[in-house]
Amino acid sequence: MSPPPPHQTQLPDWDGLKLRVRTLIGSHRVMIFSKSYCPYCNKVKELFRSLGVEYYALELDVTADGPSIQQVLVELTNQRTVPNVFVNGRHVGGCDSTFQAYQNGSLQKLLGDSKDAEPYEYDLIIIGGGSGGLACSKEAAVLGKKVMVLDYVVPTPLGTSWGLGGTCVNVGCIPKKLMHQAALLGQALQDSRKYGWQYEEQVKHNWEIMVEAIQNYISSLNWGYRVSLREKSVTYLNSYGEFVEPHKIKATNRKGQVTYHTAETFVLATGERPRYLGIPGAKEYCITSDDLFSLPYCPGKTLVVGASYVALECAGFLAGLGLDVTVMVRSILLRGFDQEMAEKVGAHMETHGVKFIRKFVPSQVEKLEEGMPGRLKVTAKSTEGPEVFEGEYNTVLIAIGRDACTRNIGLETIGVKINEKNGKVPVNDEEQTNVPYVYAIGDILDGKLELTPVAIQAGKLLARRLYGGSSTKCDYINVPTTVFTPLEYGSCGLAEERAIEEYGKQNLEVFHNLFWPLEWTIPERDNNTCYAKIICSKHDNNRVIGFHVLGPNAGEVTQGFAAAIKCGLTKELLDETIGIHPTCAEVFTTMDITKSSGQDISQRGC
Amino acid sequence: VAKATPPANLTSGNAQKLQEGTCKLQKLLEMNGHMQVPHSYDFDLIVIGGGSGGLAAAKEAAKYDKKVMVLDFVTPTPLGTSWGLGGTCVNVGCIPKKLMHQAALLGQALQDSRKFGWQFTEEVKHNWMAMTESVQNYIGSLNWGYRVALREKKVTYENAYGEFVRPHTVKATNKRGIEKLYTAKRFLIATGERPRYLGIPGDKEYCISSDDLFSLPYCPGKTLVVGASYVALECAGFLAGLGLDVTVMVRSILLRGFDQDIANKIGEYMEEHGINFIKQFVPIKVEQIEEGTPGRLKVTAQSTVGDQIIEGEYNTVLLAIGRDACTRKIGLDKVGVKINEKTGKIPVNDEEQTNVPYIYAIGDILQDKLELTPVAIQAGRLLVQRLYAGATIKCDYVNVPTTVFTPLEYGACGYSEESAVEKFGEENIEVYHSYFWPLEWTVPSRDNNKCYAKIICNIQDNERVIGFHVLGPNAGEVTQGFAAAIKCGMTKAQLDNTIGIHPVCAEIFTTLSVTKRSG
Repeated sequence: MSPPPPHQTQLPDWDGLKLRVRTLIGSHRVMIFSKSYCPYCNKVKELFRSLGVEYYALELDVTADGPSIQQVLVELTNQRTVPNVFVNGRHVGGCDSTFQAYQNGSLQKLLGDSKDAEPYEYDLIIIGGGSGGLACSKEAAVLGKKVMVLDYVVPTPLGTSWGLGGTCVNVGCIPKKLMHQAALLGQALQDSRKYGWQYEEQVKHNWEIMVEAIQNYISSLNWGYRVSLREKSVTYLNSYGEFVEPHKIKATNRKGQVTYHTAETFVLATGERPRYLGIPGAKEYCITSDDLFSLPYCPGKTLVVGASYVALECAGFLAGLGLDVTVMVRSILLRGFDQEMAEKVGAHMETHGVKFIRKFVPSQVEKLEEGMPGRLKVTAKSTEGPEVFEGEYNTVLIAIGRDACTRNIGLETIGVKINEKNGKVPVNDEEQTNVPYVYAIGDILDGKLELTPVAIQAGKLLARRLYGGSSTKCDYINVPTTVFTPLEYGSCGLAEERAIEEYGKQNLEVFHNLFWPLEWTIPERDNNTCYAKIICSKHDNNRVIGFHVLGPNAGEVTQGFAAAIKCGLTKELLDETIGIHPTCAEVFTTMDITKSSGQDISQRGC
Repeated sequence: VAKATPPANLTSGNAQKLQEGTCKLQKLLEMNGHMQVPHSYDFDLIVIGGGSGGLAAAKEAAKYDKKVMVLDFVTPTPLGTSWGLGGTCVNVGCIPKKLMHQAALLGQALQDSRKFGWQFTEEVKHNWMAMTESVQNYIGSLNWGYRVALREKKVTYENAYGEFVRPHTVKATNKRGIEKLYTAKRFLIATGERPRYLGIPGDKEYCISSDDLFSLPYCPGKTLVVGASYVALECAGFLAGLGLDVTVMVRSILLRGFDQDIANKIGEYMEEHGINFIKQFVPIKVEQIEEGTPGRLKVTAQSTVGDQIIEGEYNTVLLAIGRDACTRKIGLDKVGVKINEKTGKIPVNDEEQTNVPYIYAIGDILQDKLELTPVAIQAGRLLVQRLYAGATIKCDYVNVPTTVFTPLEYGACGYSEESAVEKFGEENIEVYHSYFWPLEWTVPSRDNNKCYAKIICNIQDNERVIGFHVLGPNAGEVTQGFAAAIKCGMTKAQLDNTIGIHPVCAEIFTTLSVTKRSG
């Protein structure tokens, strides 16, 4: 960066100014840096007016930091004079250059008026080949567009990496549900004896066999994605993409080879990666969910740090596979989820042998012994007092949250704004960032849900709006979700505390009940743990605004009710729905106990 | 040789209207005091039949301080099987069949588990007795629970056979033959159904029905299942899942009344999983070759399309060709309650009232209604609320969801494809469908392209979803919520707008885009 001009006493914020200038350039089809008295500036403005093209002019003579902005423009364009004209992010120049461009037709091309000219290599470049990015790319290709997908997995501190498909397929939903299934099958083995199945007592779990089977399946998915991109003629680059100038990215592959590509439109779909604890030993010795699902050895005695759904799901299946598991929780379980449900999930895990250390955070991780797994010493501090905890584990899994991958992709270069605090990208209701030709979908969106089907839906609908003449927007309301903790949790709509906040307790009626899955009666396990709850808005015809279920197949149960909530489900319609017997889901058709009544909901054996 | 009785014959529309008319007239007369209004009865309500519907109604009536009696009596099967309070569902229906289905699923889970890293000895056996004992113990606890619940609610319970002897009066005969007479202001008939026999030599002597199977004190061994009702296919499915050699003998089609596209897929899946099907044959004779538990039986069967005769040897023959309403031996003629002579079913108005105003009926014995536990419960509770609590809500028999626990489970709500075509015309419906592969099945790498999702939409009505069908694991759990959505008038657009839950099977319904028409 060049030093500030010597005549200025107060040092301007050069980074801030640069971002501002880039944002102005990026967010206006025609951007004119002008001075109010300049006749050449007026001439240029007149030209655009005559073309019927809207422009935005910043009058540097009446702007407080006008001189500093002019200095930034010199740096960017080597041009000190005004007008300084940009069209669709491209520098055109001053008055003469603009008129010359108009006369030779290149201005019209830049404006996108000319049908026969295609100034960009691609119609659409998508950065990130996860669920959302792939869905968007395929949809755009189906609509006849020239599309490129850039996908690159930066290896974890321990060197783990994976193939095309993003978090969900490689290190998220897919492997976690399969490991959860492995744990459920462990329970099934126990149950099966009560159902008459006989085999020898000794049952062991082999981590390597499970991981291999799961990784084989994932590889087949990776391969499938590549094939389907090829079939749809989407160009796929296994390279890291970052913006270097408007409409242009630099793509760097594993070997460090660089190529440049331009496109009319960009979609950011880079997703998130696990956050580390900034403590000694975290990156050296700890693993995250990015490592766990392909870990080449059984993790052994494990400390899970965090109480996110990732933390509880991993702790749950590891315990289900027979490992000694402890969860270290800073404050509450499953922040953002209904807290009554969250506590029940935790209580169930505790009764099934998962230990919880509450209100502690690790302060240091040391290695005691190398190995697969080795031995680690964890020191932790109380969040409330001077108390210190020490413990030995084979593996420490950090699951304290995830950070958006938005800080190293050159967004500042083209002026795309992010929320500086969390790195997330704010978009309007059409997934458009502050720079009109740049869109964003998926987990990196500010204030939106981090869920695969949401990203897919948003990506598909975006492509249809961009290229298919559609106007349908992605609906982020009443999105259902499920958590694959040992006691599964499904929900749609508002958490009880959120509902109270929004509607007031007196305006709500909460119906609830415990239930005992028929399949669990024979092994006589876990009575009075499965739980159903709906939250109704009294003044809106008892409309169901929150749906919560704890029990087997919670996601399967929840999906249909989510559709019903989309259709305006009321308590009356729910009561009129006849149950399917014997299933768990039928409990929702006979909910007649309100929480406010305080009536007993425990099941007495039948 | 009697063949299986054809499906329910419908009373003609006019006759029914006439009946309804008569009914209303009688009600009016009664209200105006022209008919005799009796003074004092032993009970406000006597319920004949302690199944799901009867018990629900009795308990509900007790809530409103009514004096209620329940008569329940299980006539033993030809082989002597009998059971406790609670009716078909609890004792010889939904509950034990789902538990035995679960036992079969766990057998599959044992196989799958090895692929997920679980290691144990190769040799795995199934012990029928251990399973049956567990299942029967659980049922025993339910029977007991029902008795306690009746006592707590001060409902009088008699383990006695009830039959009408004159208006407002029943005779209750207990196991020892002791008879008592009881009177009541109103009666509710909830006697349910029992399995039908073939009417061929050897059937009652040597064959069993679902009434016997769930408490059979020995493993049935090589089994012939006769029939293609859901009971037949469910039983054949779990028996095969437990490792038995199973054959199903089918007279004509599978799962009559259900979507046939789906029914055939269920059949194919069962065949691929080792169940033999003998189609278009009916048994004509069953002989015992050897006594035992199980013994050996010889079955002779005749083709329904030719003269061909086949013979086979089985350890057990399970008849599941249909069920008959228990309405012919409860003195209905004495009080003038009309039944459909062909089917034995009782026609009622939309308030579950028979042609005799003080006698109501619910459950499986109703003509043209669904034979499902939750329907009977709902009908019973709502009826009592109307009778004693001034309620007006009627039981809604439309869009009732159901599930079939075949090895590949089936869940449905609304129209089958053929009935939708019949009612709306092929050009007016759009069928969306897709196969799907449950994530849990990928690692064991089994049964790809078996699970199937289908919805039927009415093009003329904003593509409203009028039929929902799913084949796959947990089909009932998947279907329930969509049944609620269908009650809410769900359209295809609303379904598309619903975001999926990943990774579950049910999410497939939020992304259905291929129409059957498109091929």
